[in-house]
Amino acid sequence: MQLRPGTQRNIGQFYKSFWILTLFLACFVSTASQPGYAIPAFARKYGLPCSACHIGWPVLNNFGLQFKDNGYQLGNDKDSPIYQNNGYFPITFRVTPQWHLENTNKVAIDQPDGSQVEQGVTTHGFDLSGLDIWTAGTLSKNISFQVLPSMGEGDSFHFESAWVRFDNLLHSPWLNVKVGKFELDNLLSEKRFLTLSGVGGAWFNYHFLPQGDGNGFGGIGDNQLGLELAGHNANSYTRYSIALLSSVDGNPGLTTSFAQTPNGNTARTYDVYVNVNQGFPVKGLGVQRIGAYAYVGQNPTYYLTSDGTPVKGQGNRSFSRVGAFGWWFFKDLDVETFYMHGQDNVFLGNNVAANDPGALPPGAVGPTWNGGFVEAHYTVNPQFILTGRYELVHMSRQANSNLAGTPNLGNVDSFTIGYRWYPIMLSRAGLAIHNEYSQSKMGNLAPLSGTDQTQRSLMIGFDFDY
Amino acid sequence: MSMVSKRYLSSIVLALAVAIPSIAQEAHVGDLTGHAATGKKLYRRYCVGCHGPLGDGNGDNAPWIDPKPRDFVGATFKCRSTPTGTLPTDQDLFNAISRGFTNSNMPHWDALPAQNRIDLVAYIKTFSPRWQSEKAGDPIKVPAEPAVTEQSITHGGELFQKMECWKCHGQQGRGDGPSAPTLTDSKDQPIRPYNFADAGNDSRFKCGTTNEDLYRIFMTGVDGTPMPSFADVIQPNDAWDLVHYLRTLQPHRRGPETALSKKSGAKAPSPAKPPGTGY
Repeated sequence: MQLRPGTQRNIGQFYKSFWILTLFLACFVSTASQPGYAIPAFARKYGLPCSACHIGWPVLNNFGLQFKDNGYQLGNDKDSPIYQNNGYFPITFRVTPQWHLENTNKVAIDQPDGSQVEQGVTTHGFDLSGLDIWTAGTLSKNISFQVLPSMGEGDSFHFESAWVRFDNLLHSPWLNVKVGKFELDNLLSEKRFLTLSGVGGAWFNYHFLPQGDGNGFGGIGDNQLGLELAGHNANSYTRYSIALLSSVDGNPGLTTSFAQTPNGNTARTYDVYVNVNQGFPVKGLGVQRIGAYAYVGQNPTYYLTSDGTPVKGQGNRSFSRVGAFGWWFFKDLDVETFYMHGQDNVFLGNNVAANDPGALPPGAVGPTWNGGFVEAHYTVNPQFILTGRYELVHMSRQANSNLAGTPNLGNVDSFTIGYRWYPIMLSRAGLAIHNEYSQSKMGNLAPLSGTDQTQRSLMIGFDFDY
Repeated sequence: MSMVSKRYLSSIVLALAVAIPSIAQEAHVGDLTGHAATGKKLYRRYCVGCHGPLGDGNGDNAPWIDPKPRDFVGATFKCRSTPTGTLPTDQDLFNAISRGFTNSNMPHWDALPAQNRIDLVAYIKTFSPRWQSEKAGDPIKVPAEPAVTEQSITHGGELFQKMECWKCHGQQGRGDGPSAPTLTDSKDQPIRPYNFADAGNDSRFKCGTTNEDLYRIFMTGVDGTPMPSFADVIQPNDAWDLVHYLRTLQPHRRGPETALSKKSGAKAPSPAKPPGTGY
């Protein structure tokens, strides 16, 4: 096709303008950003920039990890609250006003004649995330705490976490005891990661359950109730933790029943979570970390009831989540790698009471699966970070021969890309402009056709922390 | 070449002459070599909030910090192995970053890889022109520590009186001597003498934890503070006796000096109650 000279010039000017704009934006992001001095609750206490503890808020770096492991203490005289100004209160508010778009294909849509057809559904609009009111710090030297009431829009508050920790027992960093409801000691923390969208806002591996499974365990991403013994060496390169947990998936209230939750707090047994990890510096690259974990637990398969209300879990059956992880640093690029193998007991996997084995379907077995993710972050500067993730969970054995006909049922293949720009990291507050796209394909989950179903999220929001 | 071109060229040459030494600044500790260019990024991430973008101790947080952050432009450093008035060695700065400072906001940065810390040292050295014109001082020699004896402790106590250490540090080493309220640092900021009795079993001093560190502190002085160097005043053996005596002022510490002092019937200062527990 022959273009007129004027048109060619216009196109040339367009490309020129485009590249100038691109260059300007690149220069703006990489050089115009101010040094990152955010001061949320802890930074306010210690007078440190928020970038001192975070690769990109909220992901902890080595220094932040050491601070957390020390019970939110730096090991100097500011640790005890007695030294703080009376006006200091260690509290942080976090909420994310946003615009987002959610799309799911192959949704079963009711028709006027009573039938259903599959079609895609897209919704979009302005929205709010839940609100976290997070307070944490020290009650005294070597006694630390955290309380995190949290709520979604229209929900009542619940305690996301609430614990007290006795640090450096016997003057040793290897002995720290925490009691309450807390995040499991996952080095790759889902509570501190960089994605927020509807699809990408959680790691599937941390919450996965096979289709039809009756296990009430919400995954290693859920905060749990119990007691944790943890320790670390001086620079927190070597770390361990072992936790004894009530088998209630973090739901408090011993005398209350949650009929809606399969295990609720009527399960009367204990789970164990162990995590060990080791860091080793590589010259010129950073501190590399590797580790392994195991969660071994039980969950009831039926209940004693009183007037129809579950009062105690019975027929406990086992499950486990085990795996390994790594966190690799190549200067400003860091890559998280994670692997999990999961298995549930046959009664859990088929959602059948253990006192009714005859109800098990033909060929019933305990379901097993494997999963993992690779997530990368590139820190352009402390105020601008790019992120990308690929995650999968694939069933290696379905719970019975009926399901075995669809071996991909429940499989997840997902990816997420996004960036966070922190234009404000001034004293006492932080604001991140967060832009993210995430997509997941769920194996054979389309309700009518039994084919794969895809979900997509696009969000742009303002994640702020005061 | 036109006048304009010559002017541009000379400007570029001048800018390079100023910029290159700071960017090219290096630091060396063991087999590590620190580079200022890398250190600059780390400084911006970890240090700028207190020490400021110009390294003058005027970061955003500085107004709320006591004692004030170090001013790297003046290149006056408290903890050195070198004589008073001289620049510290790279190792001194590396140790200071790794160890942090007790009684201040400066944390220990040993969670950072050693390479990061030496890169930071290299960058810190770009803030003051002194690093271009002067070399670091020669580290003072620390002779082998003699055995702790009752005599050395007693003699150290006599020196403590004779040299009037008590005027600032107080008779029981609590930092409450008669001169204490009047003390200021080189920036005219009030400064508190070290409180020996307040130290825990880890017995951290401003510049270290060991007897050797303590010996070095009063032989090099703590530049920028009223604590002078005693290198020209006392002999090494006397200095060691003083070290042994000062250790007896730390009731929380379990060491041979405290044990020997108790055995000889000397009255140790009563331990200070931790804040918030005096009920």
